[in-house]
Amino acid sequence: MARRSDLRAIPGFRALTLLCLFVLYAPLIVVTIYSFNASASITSWEGLSLRWYWDVFTGPESGKFKTAAANSFLIAISAATISTTIATLAATGMIRTGRFRARSLSFGLISLPLMVPEIVTAVATLIFFNAIALERGLLSILIAHVVFCIPFAYLPISARMQGIGPAYEEAALDLYATKRQTFTRILLPLMAPGIVSGYLLAFIVSLDDFIITNFVKGAGVETLPTAIFGAVKRGIQPNIMAISTLLLGLSILLVTLSWLVSKSDTTK
Amino acid sequence: MKNTFARLAATTALALVATAAAAEEKVVVFHFFEYMPQALIDKFTAETGIEIVMDTYDSNEAMLATLKAGGMGTYDVSVPADYMVKIMAGEGMLDEIKDGELANKGNIEPQWLDVAFDAGRKYSIPYQWGSTSFAVNRDVYQGDIATTDILFDSPAELAGKVNMLDTQGEVMAMAAIHMGIEQCSTDRDQLKALNDMLQAAKPNWVSFNSDTAKEVLVSGDAAAGMIWNGFNAKARAEGANTEYAYPKQGYIVWMDNMALLQDAPNRANALKLMDFLLEPENVAILTNWTQYSAGVEGVTPLLDEELRTLPEANPPADAGPGVFIEACDAETQAIYDRIWTALKQ
Amino acid sequence: MAAGAVGGSSASSTYREARGWLLLPAWSVLLFFSLAPVIMMLVYSFLTKEHRGGVIWEFSLAAYDQFFLDRGLFGDEPPRIQWTYIAIFWRSIWQAGAATLMSLAVGFPTAYFIATRPAKARPLWVFLITIPYWVNLLIRTVSMKFLLREQGPLNDFLLWTGAIDSPLQIVNTNLAVQLGLFYSYLPFMVLPIYAAVERYDFALSEAAADLYASKWTTLRRILLPAVKPGVVAGCILVFVPSLGSFLAPDLLGGARNFMIGSLIEEQFKGNAGNWPFGAAASMILLTLVLLLLLAFARQQARAERRS
Repeated sequence: MARRSDLRAIPGFRALTLLCLFVLYAPLIVVTIYSFNASASITSWEGLSLRWYWDVFTGPESGKFKTAAANSFLIAISAATISTTIATLAATGMIRTGRFRARSLSFGLISLPLMVPEIVTAVATLIFFNAIALERGLLSILIAHVVFCIPFAYLPISARMQGIGPAYEEAALDLYATKRQTFTRILLPLMAPGIVSGYLLAFIVSLDDFIITNFVKGAGVETLPTAIFGAVKRGIQPNIMAISTLLLGLSILLVTLSWLVSKSDTTK
Repeated sequence: MKNTFARLAATTALALVATAAAAEEKVVVFHFFEYMPQALIDKFTAETGIEIVMDTYDSNEAMLATLKAGGMGTYDVSVPADYMVKIMAGEGMLDEIKDGELANKGNIEPQWLDVAFDAGRKYSIPYQWGSTSFAVNRDVYQGDIATTDILFDSPAELAGKVNMLDTQGEVMAMAAIHMGIEQCSTDRDQLKALNDMLQAAKPNWVSFNSDTAKEVLVSGDAAAGMIWNGFNAKARAEGANTEYAYPKQGYIVWMDNMALLQDAPNRANALKLMDFLLEPENVAILTNWTQYSAGVEGVTPLLDEELRTLPEANPPADAGPGVFIEACDAETQAIYDRIWTALKQ
Repeated sequence: MAAGAVGGSSASSTYREARGWLLLPAWSVLLFFSLAPVIMMLVYSFLTKEHRGGVIWEFSLAAYDQFFLDRGLFGDEPPRIQWTYIAIFWRSIWQAGAATLMSLAVGFPTAYFIATRPAKARPLWVFLITIPYWVNLLIRTVSMKFLLREQGPLNDFLLWTGAIDSPLQIVNTNLAVQLGLFYSYLPFMVLPIYAAVERYDFALSEAAADLYASKWTTLRRILLPAVKPGVVAGCILVFVPSLGSFLAPDLLGGARNFMIGSLIEEQFKGNAGNWPFGAAASMILLTLVLLLLLAFARQQARAERRS
C-alpha cells in the first residue's frame, strides 16, 4: 500500500506544478496589476487608478477600439455559429451513418486546418482570395475564420456524440418518430453540452486570431487583435493593459460558463 | 435547436451586410504609422463631413507588398517616399491627377514641384520631408557621434545595443553611405565588401525594429538606433537623452508624398483630402506635430518657434551630404535582396 | 482522443441515407477554402516571380533553386548547397525543440500531479491550467516581454533580492523566443499527458510493486510506455505551432534572427516580395509538418495494436 501511494506522489511534482501555474499566470497578473497604475509610464508605479479603463472607453483611441471590438464580436459570433452548425451536421454524418469508405478522408479534411501551420494558411488564403477576386473586408475575414473554427467546433461535438449510445434514437424510432424528429428532439438536446463547448471553443479561437486575420483583412477593417498588435508593436501602453485585463475577465467568464455547462451534463 | 441556429445565422448575416452597406462618405488612407495627428483628422472630418479610414504600415516596402497582394482598389491614397513614388508610378499603381483637379496645387514650393521622382507632380503632393540617420543615448556614450561608425563599427559602449530600422532600403542606403560607394552599385568587389561589412557589424545590433524605433530609445532597450529626425525630437520630448546625428559621411534625405492610387474607390474625396493637406494652416498643424519639414509655401510663419531651432531639423555646417534613396533595377535588386536575407538569417 | 474516436462509433447508422447532405457543408467549405488555397500555393511555388510581389504564369523551379542552391552573391557561380535557408529552418527546429523540451520538463510533472489528484479535484486543476490559454496570444506574448524587459518586474525583483547585480538581458535573445513559445503552448503539453496518465491503471504498478520492482523501475518500465502516446501527442502539439510561429520571434526576438514564419511573412508583406519563394518555403514547412504527423499517426496505430 505504501509503495503504491509512493508512485502516485512523486516528490517535487507538486512544486513543479505550482511553478507551472506561476509561470502561466505571472505575466497576466503583472499586466492586470499595471492596468490599474495611475502613471502614464509603464516603468513607474504611481498608485491605484481606473484611469486607463476610463481611457479605453472614452480616450482618443476609444473609437478605434470600439469599432474593432464590435467587428471582432460580430465575426466571432458569426464564425462560431456557422462553423458549429457545419460541425454538428458533419459529426452526425461521420458518427451516425455507419461505416463508409470516405470516412478517414473526411476526417483528414476536417482536421486539415489544424495541421497546416498558421502562417501557411494565412498566406495561402491571401493568395486564394486574390485569385478569386474576393473583396477584402468583414466577409473575407469571416470566411477564413469559419474554416479554421470548424475543427475546433468538431472535436468536442464528435467526442460528445461518441459518448451517446444509439439506444435513445432507436427507442424514438420504435415509437414511430421520423428521422428528422429523432434528430431535432432526441439527438440535438442530448448533444447540447458538446455543441455549447464546440461553440465556445470556436468563438474564442476566432476572437483570438491574429495572423490569419492580419493577412486577409481589408482596408481599415480591424479586429481587436489586429488593433492591439498595431498598438503593442510600438511598446505596451497602459490602455492596452486595461483592454487585456478586460479580455482576460471575459475569457474567464466564458470558460467558467462552458465548464459549468459540461459539469451539469447528467448523462455521463 | 436547429431553428435557433438558423435564426442566429440569419441575424448575424444580416448584421454583416448592414455594416458593410452603412458606409458614409469616407476616404481610405494607407498611411505610415503615427504620421497624422488626431486633431488634423478631426478637422478634416469637421470641415468636409468625410470620414478618414486609416490603415498603417511600417515601411515603404511593406506598403507596396500589401497593395500588390490585393490591396489595390480598396485604398484611395497612400504615402510613399520619393523612390517609392517612382516605383509605384512605374508599376502603374498611381492615378494621374489632371490639371485643375487640385485647387491648391499652386501652394507646393517650387523646389518640390518638379521633382525627379514625379515630374510635374502628376501623381502626388508633398506630405513631409526629413532625414534618416541615427540617434545615440548620451548617458551611455559621450564620444563623437557624427560618423556612421556608430552603426557599422560601433564603439565598445554601444556594442550590442544598436537598433536598426527593419527596412531594406534605408539600411542598405546607409551602409552604402558608410562605405562611400554608390547605391545600387554593381561593382563586385564593392558588393562583397558591403556584404562583409554588414556581417561584421551585425553582432553589435540588438534588434531590427521600425515601429518601435522611438520606444526602444525611450525605454533604454537600445542605446543607439537608426531613426528619422522628427522621431528623435519626439523621443527627447518623451524623456530620452538622445542626440540625433548628422554624420560626416552623409545621411538619407527623403520626401514622403501623398499619392493617388489607381482604382481609388473614393477618388473625389481623396482629392479633397489632398487639397486639405496643401492648405498652409493644416500643413502647419501637421508639421508642428511631426517635427519634420513641409513642402508647402506659407507654412513657415505658422510654425512653432522651437521647430526653427530644433537640432534635428538643422544640420550642422560640417554634416555630410544628404542623399535620396535610389530604386535599383530588378537584376541588381536581386543581389541586394541576397545580402539582406543573409544579414537577417 | 484517438482511442476514443474509434470506440462505439460504428454502432449507429441512424441517418445513413442523409450522410451526403450532412457532410456536404463541411466538405464544400473545406475543399474550397482550405484545400484549394494550399493547392494554389503549391502551384505558385512553381511559377516565375514578378519583381516586387506577384507571379508570372510561367513554370519555373527558381524558388526551389533559390532555397536549396547557393549560386553566390551574384547568382553566376557554380551551385553549391545553400545553407542560408536550411539554417533558418534548422534554427526554427532548434527553437521549437527547445521550447518543447521546456514544456515537457514542466508539463509532464504538472500533468502527472493533476492526474493523481482525487477525481473530484481534477477538473478544477485542468481549468486552472487552461484559463491563461484563452487570453489572446498576442497579449500573452507582450506580457511576457513586459515581464522580461531590462527594467521589467522580473529584473527588478531579482535585483531587489540580490540574486543578480546587473539586470539580465533576456529580451531580443534566443532564450526569450524559447520562453515565449514555451509560454504560448504549455497547456497543449499538459492536457494530452494528463489524459494519458488519468487513463493509466495504477493497479499495474501495484502488481509491479508486489513483484519487488523499485519505484523508478516501475515508472520507467510500466508507466512511461503506457503514457507515451500522450507525451508524443503533447510534444507534437507544442512543436508544430512553434515551428511556424511568427509572433514570438518578432516581438521577443527583436526580428534579429529569422525563423520560418518571419521568412515566409517577409516574402508577402515585407521587404522581399518574392511570392514563389514564399510559397516554396511554405510548402517545405508543410511537408515537414505532415511527415511528422504521419510518423505520429503510425506510432499511435502501432501503440493501439499492441494494447
